Order: sequence, then C-alpha cells, then structure tokens
Amino acid sequence: MSTLDIKNLHVSVETEDGPKPILKGVDLTIHSGEVHAIMGPNGSGKSTLAYSIAGHPKYTITDGSVTLDGVELTTLSVDQRARAGLFLAMQYPVEVPGVSVSNFLRTAKTALDGEAPKVRTWVKDVNAALAKMQLDSSFGARSVNEGFSGGEKKRHEIAQLELLNPRFAILDETDSGLDIDALKVVSEGVNRYTAQGDRGLLLITHYTRILRYIDPTFVHVFVDGRIAEQGGKELADQLEAEGYDKYVRASRVSA
Amino acid sequence: MSVDTLSAAIETVESHLHPTPSWNVDDHPMPTGREEIWRFSPVKRFRALLSPSDDLGTLDWSGQFSAPVTVTSLTADEARALAVEAPVDRVSSLAAEQTVHRTHISIPANAELSEPVVFTATGVDGRASDHYVLSVGNFARATVVVKFEGRATYSEKLDVIVGDGASLNLITVQDWADGSVHGGQRSIRVGRDAQVKAITVSIGGDIRLQENARFAGPGGSLQQFGLYLVDAGQHIEHRLFVDHNEPHTSSNVDYRGALQGRGAHSVWIGDVLIRKVAEGIETYESNKNLVLTDGCQADSVPNLEIETGEIAGAGHSSTTGRFDDEQLFYLRSRGISEAEARRLVVHGFFNDIIRRIGVPDIEDHLREIVENELAIVGDGR
Repeated sequence: MSTLDIKNLHVSVETEDGPKPILKGVDLTIHSGEVHAIMGPNGSGKSTLAYSIAGHPKYTITDGSVTLDGVELTTLSVDQRARAGLFLAMQYPVEVPGVSVSNFLRTAKTALDGEAPKVRTWVKDVNAALAKMQLDSSFGARSVNEGFSGGEKKRHEIAQLELLNPRFAILDETDSGLDIDALKVVSEGVNRYTAQGDRGLLLITHYTRILRYIDPTFVHVFVDGRIAEQGGKELADQLEAEGYDKYVRASRVSA
Repeated sequence: MSVDTLSAAIETVESHLHPTPSWNVDDHPMPTGREEIWRFSPVKRFRALLSPSDDLGTLDWSGQFSAPVTVTSLTADEARALAVEAPVDRVSSLAAEQTVHRTHISIPANAELSEPVVFTATGVDGRASDHYVLSVGNFARATVVVKFEGRATYSEKLDVIVGDGASLNLITVQDWADGSVHGGQRSIRVGRDAQVKAITVSIGGDIRLQENARFAGPGGSLQQFGLYLVDAGQHIEHRLFVDHNEPHTSSNVDYRGALQGRGAHSVWIGDVLIRKVAEGIETYESNKNLVLTDGCQADSVPNLEIETGEIAGAGHSSTTGRFDDEQLFYLRSRGISEAEARRLVVHGFFNDIIRRIGVPDIEDHLREIVENELAIVGDGR
C-alpha cells in the first residue's frame, strides 16, 4: 500500500510584477488503488498542481509538502521524483528532435530500474505497448513527439505509462483534444494500469467526458488554487449538469 | 551584351555583401577587420593566410578511389579555366595564386560509384595551400569525402562542378589539431536537374570558410548541412552564399553548432540572392546554436536579397540559446538524470545532421566526437 500525500501546498510563479500565488493550500491524499479526478475551470491551477508535484522549475513551492510513502518529494530533483515512483502525462508533451522514441524509452527504463532492460523482451514490450495504443512499431524510429498529431502525443504518453508502470501517475488533461476513438484507446490503457490494483492515479480534466470511461473513486472540484468540494462520481454528474459557476462565484465571495 | 546579362551584372554589383570575384590578389586588399566580409573574423589569427609565403607546402594527401575516378595535376591556367568562379577574398586568391598543388578529381559522366571516394589530407605543420577541382560528369552519382587532419596553417580554393542530372554527396570534415588555421573558398556549381548535398563538419582549428553555390541550369537542388563544435578560444566561421541565378532551383541550408568555454566564437553567414531570372525557386536557410557554457559568442546572420517575387518560397531562421528547459523537464520527468538528458538533447540536435551523411564510418566517428565533447561539459554547466 502506497500513499501520495499532498499537504497545505502553496505554489507561486514568477511574473513581471513579482511572485504570483497559484496554489493556495491544497490537501489531498491518494492511496494506491484509488483514482482521484480533479476537475475545474480554466486557470484554476489544476495544471500547476501537476507540474509542481513533478518539479517543474517554473513553479516555486512556498509552503506545504508532498510525500510519497513518507519520502518528501519537494526537495528532490525532477528525475529523482520520477525514480521515486511518480509519473506525469503532460497536456503538451515536448518535442525532442533527433531523439528516437525507442532510444528515449530505453533510456528512461534504464534510469528508472537502475539497469538496462533485457534486449529481447524489451523490444517486444515496447512494440506491445505501442500496439495497444494503436501506434505501429515504426513509431519507435520517430523523434520524440516531433511531428506527432495531438492524438499521437497523448497515446504516446499513455504507452509510456504502461511501459514504465510507475507507482503513482498524474494525467494532466490527457483527454483534451482527443476524438472519441482516441479517448477510448487512451482510457483503456489507463484502466489496464489502474486494474493492477496497487497504483494510484490523479486524473486532471476539464471535462466529464473521460469519466464515462474511467471510473473515479473520488472527484474533487478545483477552484482558485484549492479544492472547493469533494465527493464521489455523482459530483462529476452534478458538474456535468450545472458547470463550475457555483464554485467560481463562491470563491469570488470568499476572496 | 544582351539586356539580360547586363541586368545580371548590375544585380551582382548591387549585392553589396559580395565583393567582385577576381584572380588578381591585388584586387583583394589586406583586410583591416572593418570590411563587411571580415567584420566578424579575428583577422590577426588568419594573418598567415593573407600574405604570400616563401615556404609554401601542401598537405599530405592520400586517396581511396578506383576507376573510373581519376586524379590529375592541373596547370594554373587549366585550374582557372575549370573553376566555378574567381576568388572572392584575399585568402582564396592567394591560395589559388601561390599553391604548388593544383589537382583535378574527376568523376566521369554516367559513373555510378557504389563506394565513397575518400581523401585524407594531413597537415604536417607549417604553411600549405591547395587549389583543387572536383568535377562530377552528367548523370554520374557519387559520394566524396575530404577529411582534414593533423596540424597546418592552410588555405584552399575548391571548385565543385556538378553536371546535368548528376547527384553528389560531398562531405568535408575539418578535424584539425589545436593551433591549426584553415581558410578558403569553396564554390559549387549545380547542373541542370542535378542534386547536391554538401555537408561541412568543422571541429578542430580556427576555421573560416566561404561556401558559395550557384546553378548552371534550372531544376537543380542544393542541400547544405553543417555541424560545428567550438571550444574555448576557438573561432569557426562558415560564410554561405547561395546564388539563385536560375529558375526552378531549390536550396536548403541547415547549420548547427555547439559552443563551450570562454572565447568560443562561431560565425554563420547565410546569404541568399534570388535574381530576377530565378522565378519559381524555393530556398530555406536555418542556423541553430547551442550555447553550453558562459563566455561563448555565436554570431548568426541570415540574409535574403530578393529581386523577384515570382518564387515558390523563401525563408530563414536563426536560433541561439542554452538548453531548452522544457525538453530537459520532459526527459527528466521520466527518471532520466540531468546529465543524461543533456546528452540526449545534444545528440538529437546533431543527429539530424549526422544521419544525412550516409557514410557509416563517418557517422559513427562524429557521434563519438559529439559524445567526447559532451563529456567535458559533464554534469554541470
């Protein structure tokens, strides 16, 4: 049993007018075996939460902590956090020209395991993971994310999720920009990952659509840098019907 | 003189960036460093190439080729008659004037070479010059490699004549020992419907190369790729000039370099002239510099002179910067250490050029060199 524990997390970004607070005290505990959906309007800080947990240099943690099985992540480097068991599927995966997908995946696997994967089974595993995402094996020879369609980028992120199989994964709007077929393929991959039973998932999304395919254990409404409401799947249905207006207005009143 | 050639002549003069070519050394006065073509160059370091020498030798050349390729000597007159153009600067005019070594490498028409033709030119200290001509006959296909090694103070004039419908893959590697100086002019003429890929790799020594290209008829295609690694105190300069003097021709230039160490200085000039006659042409020039440490300077000057709007496309781009934080973050978020992530990014950066070489030995060698260079940067900046 693993636990990702976010406590009183405050995060700001540097702007021309000085530091601007984005996260204003986030508390969230995720146990392995659970799927937590974070939903919120644009600009509420959902992506900041994802990126600051992963250690993006743009974000400064001003208060609070993030621990993975008691290990403080916020003092670790980006790659140390990944090696501690954290994975972030990005909303806008970055192009790395000249670095092939297969070289990238092998290097990542080697870094995570501390040893190179066995050549024969590894190639099979890679091709299988790609095939499950409906990416053919020639995909391995392409440069990472370069010239990929929006859908290919997202499917490539989930292929990595399955292949690298981290203890905890954060999916940052993986569903945005996907057509319904790609959304199903991606959701099936995520469900295979969570079906192992001992993995934790934080699913950040703007839309309820993906929750038709991925069953959340908990749903959190994220507004103005903090969690405004928590509930079960029924909360997603309510958001689907009513939108975020109620929460946005409430946060304005309290601010 | 017809109106057409008259207007062409006027255009050349108006292309103020380019001095009038001349075989006469006196037409190229000793530069002060304030001239347009010398303003980025440390003239002092190239001084030895700017004055006549009493003790002029040549490099130690060895060649790996077989019939039907021939290598023959030329007289000064023959070399001039064959040349694509006259020298455009003092270094190349002196090289042509003074050299004791004028050579013609000839690949006859219709020859299809399955193996690359490889020349290795080794410096044995001291001053050396060459004027050599590479000609590729109509419809011939060849890969030619010229590798420069050892230590030398060297100037060259190279003329490359590519016949109609021919295909040439020309790779030059400047891999000199420290303390070497290499200057000169290379001029390529691309025949009608010919395809030329020229790859210039500059790694060791202070280097200043004028790389000119023009076309002998419509339909020609020119690709120029460059890779350079500049260390502390080193100067590497590539001055490209593509003269679109024929319609429906295309050019694509992509030069990439990495700089590290105090005083590392790179210069890339990418001039393109699109003449009035050059309708339907397409050109793109790109230069990218990766600055690995403090104290480096990368000068990058793309320049388009356009005399007709009736073209398929013309563009250029230039970027100079440190590592892309987003790329490093993406790789590191998968557990890859910072040092390893930097390695991957630099390899990727250069691999786009290296993979186009098409000669496995050289590709492997360059990947190794890139690797060694990075070992110096190591974990930190």
